[in-house]
Amino acid sequence: MKILIKNGRVVDAVTGILDAMDVLIEGESISKVSKDIKDQVDTVIDASGKLVLPGLIDMHVHLREPGREDKETVASGTKAALKGGVTSVLAMPNTTPAIDTPDHLRLLAGIVQKTALAKVCICGSITIGRLGKELVDIAALKSLGAVAITDDGDSVDDEGVMSEAFKKAKDADVLVICHCEDKKLSAAGVINLGFVSTQLGLRGISRESEYKRVERDLRLAKEAGARAHIAHVSCKESVELVRQAKKSGLAVTAETAPHYFSLDEDALMGYDTNLKINPPLRRPEDVLAIKDGLKDKTIDCIASDHAPHTENEKEIEFDRAAFGVVGIETELSVAITELVDKGILDWPGLVEKMSLNPARILGLNKGRIAAGSDADIVIVDPQKEWVVTKDNFVSKSKNSAFLGRTLKGVVEYTVCAGKIAYSIG
Amino acid sequence: MPMKEKARIMDKNGLMRTLTRMAHEILEKNKGTKDLVIVGIRTRGAHLAFRLAELMEKIDGHKPPVGVLDITLYRDDLSSIAQQPVVHKTEIDFDIQDKKVILVDDVLYTGRTVRAALDELIDFGRPLFIQLAVLVDRGHRELPIRADYVGKNIPTSPKETVQVRLEESEGSDEVAVMENHE
Amino acid sequence: MKKGGWVRKDLLGLQELSKEEIELLLATADSFKEVISREIKKVPTLRGKTVVNLFYEPSTRTRVSFEIAAKRLSADVINIATESSSVRKGETLVDTGKNIEALKVDIIVVRHNCSGAAVMLARQLRASVINAGDGWHEHPTQALLDIFTLKEKLGKIEGLKVSIVGDIAHSRVARSNIWGLTKLGAQVTVCAPSILIPPGIEETGVRVTNDIDEALKGADAVNVLRMQFERDTDSVFPAQLEYFKNFGITTDRLAKAKKNIIIMHPGPINRGIEIESAVADGLNSVILEQVTNGIAIRMAALFLCAQANEYIKKKVASQPKQHEDIN
Repeated sequence: MKILIKNGRVVDAVTGILDAMDVLIEGESISKVSKDIKDQVDTVIDASGKLVLPGLIDMHVHLREPGREDKETVASGTKAALKGGVTSVLAMPNTTPAIDTPDHLRLLAGIVQKTALAKVCICGSITIGRLGKELVDIAALKSLGAVAITDDGDSVDDEGVMSEAFKKAKDADVLVICHCEDKKLSAAGVINLGFVSTQLGLRGISRESEYKRVERDLRLAKEAGARAHIAHVSCKESVELVRQAKKSGLAVTAETAPHYFSLDEDALMGYDTNLKINPPLRRPEDVLAIKDGLKDKTIDCIASDHAPHTENEKEIEFDRAAFGVVGIETELSVAITELVDKGILDWPGLVEKMSLNPARILGLNKGRIAAGSDADIVIVDPQKEWVVTKDNFVSKSKNSAFLGRTLKGVVEYTVCAGKIAYSIG
Repeated sequence: MPMKEKARIMDKNGLMRTLTRMAHEILEKNKGTKDLVIVGIRTRGAHLAFRLAELMEKIDGHKPPVGVLDITLYRDDLSSIAQQPVVHKTEIDFDIQDKKVILVDDVLYTGRTVRAALDELIDFGRPLFIQLAVLVDRGHRELPIRADYVGKNIPTSPKETVQVRLEESEGSDEVAVMENHE
Repeated sequence: MKKGGWVRKDLLGLQELSKEEIELLLATADSFKEVISREIKKVPTLRGKTVVNLFYEPSTRTRVSFEIAAKRLSADVINIATESSSVRKGETLVDTGKNIEALKVDIIVVRHNCSGAAVMLARQLRASVINAGDGWHEHPTQALLDIFTLKEKLGKIEGLKVSIVGDIAHSRVARSNIWGLTKLGAQVTVCAPSILIPPGIEETGVRVTNDIDEALKGADAVNVLRMQFERDTDSVFPAQLEYFKNFGITTDRLAKAKKNIIIMHPGPINRGIEIESAVADGLNSVILEQVTNGIAIRMAALFLCAQANEYIKKKVASQPKQHEDIN
């Protein structure tokens, strides 16, 4: 199957922006990137006036299958991903059962093989049952295809266990993704601890509960000489800790989610449970710190932390509502609206955060529009505006932090593994 | 709704003469001020009630007690209350049991205000009787209510409004007919 | 609608109200106080309307107060008391609210242990919702009756020095009072042990102190909060006797305060924990007057919300069919 994408503005994190370029796809690879390609092809896509980006790679997605197929499945989640321009996801292992044993991994792998519409990379948990006590067999999971481990949703409280995890992960060359939260300090809180939590009369989650754990995990990673990836960075202290760790030569990477660079806790006046997230929305100075962290490359990736929940679990009292927001369908548009449009990142910078860096961290031959790269491409109209409504969503769940907002940037085509996997209209 | 003045019915002197005549009528019909009490319906009915009491004192030598009725809580249309921001107080500091009550209002129109006032008064006790005194009767009754003492009869159309302005509330004394100007 | 009128179908808290709206509530309550001193303590204003007391937290005094207020307005009253745990397993708050609304109920008075519960319910329902206390968030009618009582006693609120003593962090009464008093121009001081002072409270304009004597010095009134024991199970509370020793309002402590300082308490009183019996029963105490005023305030709240909702319903009905906004 040959596809020719004509006349688009090609953005590659390494080569920059190339105007009026053609991209030729053969089979599952990009075979040529140059002007005026004259080859005979099966399909031509006219990308005039549009941006041609490498398919996005989202390192933090909860597909909910197996166990909570009412919220999302591998099929519906990857379908939603493609609409959002995402061609590869790293599936979080806090499913039921958790991806903690070879059998459970095979179970998920089987589902992925049969139903996934985009690339799904497998992530194992750190401990059995995610209970924080007994380590999984990291090497075994790696041999079955796991590229990373995390107990995301929880942190491993026991230092000894976490230290051991880093060491074994290093030996197996597996990435450890750290959900940094000291539950003793977050104290059953539901939003950021501060004046907003005081006004709303809600229990607060202190910033210490995040950054003290970031501090610990960075220290343990250093001691073990292992790679660490800090998930969903939300506050300025965490950004600074990662910055210093990188300066001192540590092999650490970090991600943040779109809501952390576009919303702060003031949005919660009114008790909107679609803004109840863990870690919580913080203060305006944290939003600025995150943007600075993206700019100076302290933060390597943008990952949605796509967390689908049913209406039953969200449209209830704030205290009782589930934590989390969907995000895979809106992340590109939010990034365009809040970062590119506002001059925080340029297009190559955006593509680096949302495609190239995740590819490098996960060891994938993706994230680039260059000959030989995997043919994962998204074609975007960068000027078109759209309003986020519940009806828009392909995902089974509609708990978005951006409902009612107007965003810029609409995905027109998503090419995945050399095939047109999504087209608008 | 913008309104335009159509006709001036009474000026300051006319109002004074009319009220004086009404005070005489009330005293004549009731043979003096014995057991007589005056209750005015807020807001302008109350001002008129006080004036009538003063006039009666000048004529008869005795001043009947005056009470003020706020009928907001007795209206038959809850949604119409939105037109008037504040519920003021009803102030009736005397017992109306077995008394001759003169109920006073500025304009008698559909009769619903008086109906509400009657309901409220009766919650305060059982008067000997209630007589109604109004400065203006503009017709178009929707209930079987009639006034015992009328200052002036002014036939109007539903598109018009009768505006009573008093020194105490609007800064001048006059009665005018206003037309609703589309 | 004339400017200055009450246009909200709900009363959810004092934070979102303007100074004028609070003053309107107080003035309306004043008129209702006259009604409840009559021989026939009833007006037909809400005749035919139904008020449901939906109480997810145990309460006798607030519920009875709302019930009496509603009945004085000739409304029909239904009481629903649910243990939150049983509801947790069953019907959601919004479903319960919608079911009640389907019974053609006009006003729902709701007390719930989750902050924001009343706000959430009001958003979903066309019926009026009155917040009788939601978690730690607000208890507007309590603060209004507190302020009404103060105004009655001292003539005005502006410039008054009012101290609030107790578990400020977990108190909806404290929050509502802070909003109401500061909007009306009072100088508010909050006093509690540090762990019971919520973060950022100074941003509301209140003064913060941990010293009870400082809080009482020069104060025109002190509002003594209950030391809550039944709501929170995981926070660290000082022992009861120690609290009384350091923060209890006693005759001795009041000797250093203004002679005519007004003593308020939302009730029920924990004698010997936050307040000495002699003080609670003393001449400066207005605790029982607060209870009486509570009826007038609640009548005002029910009345204003009902008439606003009637007006809204009429407006909606007379407009061509279009996308409706509930509030």
